[in-house]
Amino acid sequence: MSLDGPPKAIAGPANFIDERIGAGTFLKRNLRKVFPDHWSFLLGEIALYSFIILLLTGTFLTFWFKPSMAEVAYNGSYGPLVGVHMSQAYESSLHISFDVRGGLLMRQIHHWAALLFVAGMMVHMLRVFFTGAYRKPRELNWIIGVLLLTLALVEGLTGYSLPDDLLSGAGLRITEGVAISLPLVGTYLTYFLFGGEYPGEDVISRFYSLHILLIPGILLALISAHLILMWVQKHTQMPGKGRTESNVVGAPFYPSFMAKSGAYFLFTFGVVALLGTFAQINPIWLFGPYTPADISAGSQPDFYMGFLEGSLRIMPAWEINFLGHTLPLSVLIPALLPMGIIMTGLALYPFAEQWITGDRREHHLADRPRNNPHRTSIGLAAITFYGILWLLGANDVISSKFHISLYTTSEVGRVVIFAGPAIAYYITYRMCIGLQRKDLETVVHGVESGVIKRLPNGEYIEVHVPPAEDLLALMQGKKSIPAIEAASDGEGVPPKGMRNPLGRIRARLSEAYSADTDAISLDGGDGHHNGHDGHEAPHAAVGAGGDEAKSIGH
Amino acid sequence: MTENPNDLDQPEERVPRRVIGTPPPRGDDSVLGTRPATDEPIVYEGAKFPDPVTARRGERVAALLFLVSFIAAVAFIVSYVAFQVGTIDRTQVSNLALGASLTVALLSLAAGVVVWVRQIMPKYSLVQERHPMSSPREVREEVEKTFLQGADESGFVRHKLLRRTLLLAAAPLGLLPLVLLKDLGPLPGTSLRHTVWKKGRRLLVEGTSQPIRAADFNSPGGILSIVPDGYENNLNALAKATLILIKFRPEDLKPGTKLNWTYDSIVAYSKICTHVGCPAALYEQTTHHILCPCHQSTFDAADGAKVIFGPAARPLPQLPIGVDGEGYLIAQSDFDVPVGPSFWERGDAEAEARGQA
Repeated sequence: MSLDGPPKAIAGPANFIDERIGAGTFLKRNLRKVFPDHWSFLLGEIALYSFIILLLTGTFLTFWFKPSMAEVAYNGSYGPLVGVHMSQAYESSLHISFDVRGGLLMRQIHHWAALLFVAGMMVHMLRVFFTGAYRKPRELNWIIGVLLLTLALVEGLTGYSLPDDLLSGAGLRITEGVAISLPLVGTYLTYFLFGGEYPGEDVISRFYSLHILLIPGILLALISAHLILMWVQKHTQMPGKGRTESNVVGAPFYPSFMAKSGAYFLFTFGVVALLGTFAQINPIWLFGPYTPADISAGSQPDFYMGFLEGSLRIMPAWEINFLGHTLPLSVLIPALLPMGIIMTGLALYPFAEQWITGDRREHHLADRPRNNPHRTSIGLAAITFYGILWLLGANDVISSKFHISLYTTSEVGRVVIFAGPAIAYYITYRMCIGLQRKDLETVVHGVESGVIKRLPNGEYIEVHVPPAEDLLALMQGKKSIPAIEAASDGEGVPPKGMRNPLGRIRARLSEAYSADTDAISLDGGDGHHNGHDGHEAPHAAVGAGGDEAKSIGH
Repeated sequence: MTENPNDLDQPEERVPRRVIGTPPPRGDDSVLGTRPATDEPIVYEGAKFPDPVTARRGERVAALLFLVSFIAAVAFIVSYVAFQVGTIDRTQVSNLALGASLTVALLSLAAGVVVWVRQIMPKYSLVQERHPMSSPREVREEVEKTFLQGADESGFVRHKLLRRTLLLAAAPLGLLPLVLLKDLGPLPGTSLRHTVWKKGRRLLVEGTSQPIRAADFNSPGGILSIVPDGYENNLNALAKATLILIKFRPEDLKPGTKLNWTYDSIVAYSKICTHVGCPAALYEQTTHHILCPCHQSTFDAADGAKVIFGPAARPLPQLPIGVDGEGYLIAQSDFDVPVGPSFWERGDAEAEARGQA
């Protein structure tokens, strides 16, 4: 049975709205908006839905949470702390956990959703990075994304400081120690933040208004902008048959994408609810109220702050005193530099890549990571850098679990933090080239059929068959990486703009960035400029591929 | 990715090609007669409907999941009423019941919708054109013209005085919110250089708040966490004044320790790490090492708490201690250098202190 006309319950309001704001034109254009399909396009949605869950559960928590540092004696359901003096913030957090039905569940869902929010943003960002989806015209949305990630870290920090338990206090103390180390403004900043000396009586209520009003407000605005831009610019798509730079192939927003998104939201919520029910997180009642005099060993921040903890831990004790002033480099460098490198690097990357390649075209087809080896290697090096710092943020746990000397973990860390990314870069680069060669092999020689054939001369070969069309289209979607024209003309004069030192650096970077890109050509295996031997016999057994190896020139 | 998203070719025939394992399409020779017209798959451009058998099975599975979701949601409400909180055990039961029913409600609803999308809705392969993001040249030119016309009409360019005074007026407005923030806190002044320790203030054991008789603290290797008398619960005071008190064998003490600031080989150091201010709370008796659990700065307690590993750049400041008339441990004065993390105005306070001594 299908509908003859829209039901009255929908037609009525629709008519009402259209007569007032003319929504029909918008809907006509957008109801069947096409969304390309790929599992990796759903990662950002995890973050989006986590944010919605955070707003819902967070609002619930505000109904009982009291952002006050006034001292009270606990008199609630949790026996071990009865009579203990604590801040009202901690007391109300305990109250939510033990004396409000569903309070503990909401608290744990909120915390898990916060972790998932940041994790979702991170993997989404990696997807966008590795597929080159940040390229023109999407640089603005990329920058909004970087801002969102940065703000999410601050939102997380202000959030987990609120319960005012011993663990959150340790994080707050470190925050203070970092803030006060800033040259020139550090002490003032700290006194303004804490309303005087640490810990004071103001920081919880101040963090509270930042956490529930200012930062979520900005996040909401930026997320809306992020989605609107995505909508206007249309999503990128993976290369494949029938997919070009000037079309979008996929499913319509209504009804398919809409329903899928709804289901995905429910899945995200369901998984977070599952975690919130069965996986205990931040059991503040075990930590006790905050006092600056105490700490527990193995204190760890939430995962997204771990990299800062790690960088603080491996830093050597550098401090400069001059003219009556102190520059605590052992705090400043690890607290600001890795974060600065990562966030600035992320924000500038689209523009740096444009500058290096001279590529000012619009891009709507995603790159496969292997097809842009330098970008992929830079990404992996950055992940390695971040990952090592993150691991070192738990070096005490590593040390005790694996029975390694604590100092050894730090000392190894000091070396690995530089060597690791370099090694990751090299390995990734070789892997990308290797994967491209494998693609080439598939394009030129086909895929293994599983049929072994004996030739008249007694030789056994495996019969190769041409790859499936969609696979072939995906592989042949490889685009070569452009390079700027930097070669000297006939009289040995480089082009204008390439003559100064900056221009020479640019030319060299451009050359390196696009190196190898044309050596492995996947566009139909028509010989290009390599002349593969296997072309005439696509069904023959594949040799060692020595000719391709030579053409790479390494 | 859906099963075959790259397949743009719509089949010539209306019925989807038969997939191995599915029943063949019923023809006119079916014993049941012709199929009802409503079962005929509808074909839209770019949409490939699943076969009716799959769709009917999908409907049943989705309906079952929606029912499960409904029951779980009812169970959530029942759990809310049935399981009260008030003790740890009851809170745990309530949490499990609410969480499990919520999880089941959400996940089965989600699964139902997925079954709906995948088995009832068509597989799509719609194509839409993209257009360059930039506006056509004529539009740009017209906007430029309009902009210039508007600028001209407004007189903003021609009337210099207007423009300059307007910019002048706008400049300080941005500063006002910053000025308003001044009362967020007092200025630091010299407060970071002092703690509440002063001559005669007793050392109390953290937790019990009892004073310590030097004669009672006589087992070498012992360590106590100390708070100042009168400020046991003052967090601001504790954030700077908390101490660790260690009893040594006299022969263990090394030259870095100021011996005349100790009493009977009992040494008091600031507990606040000189790196970023965590309490340096871990002590290894055999090596006399104090370890800060936050970033693993390690100090040699026998040698003036000098740094032997980690990011801290300065030793933990030592507090001069003695005993009062009743034999209780007291401070002899405040610290001679600021405790805790370094800050811009701190300077080389250790060198200054040495210079004064």
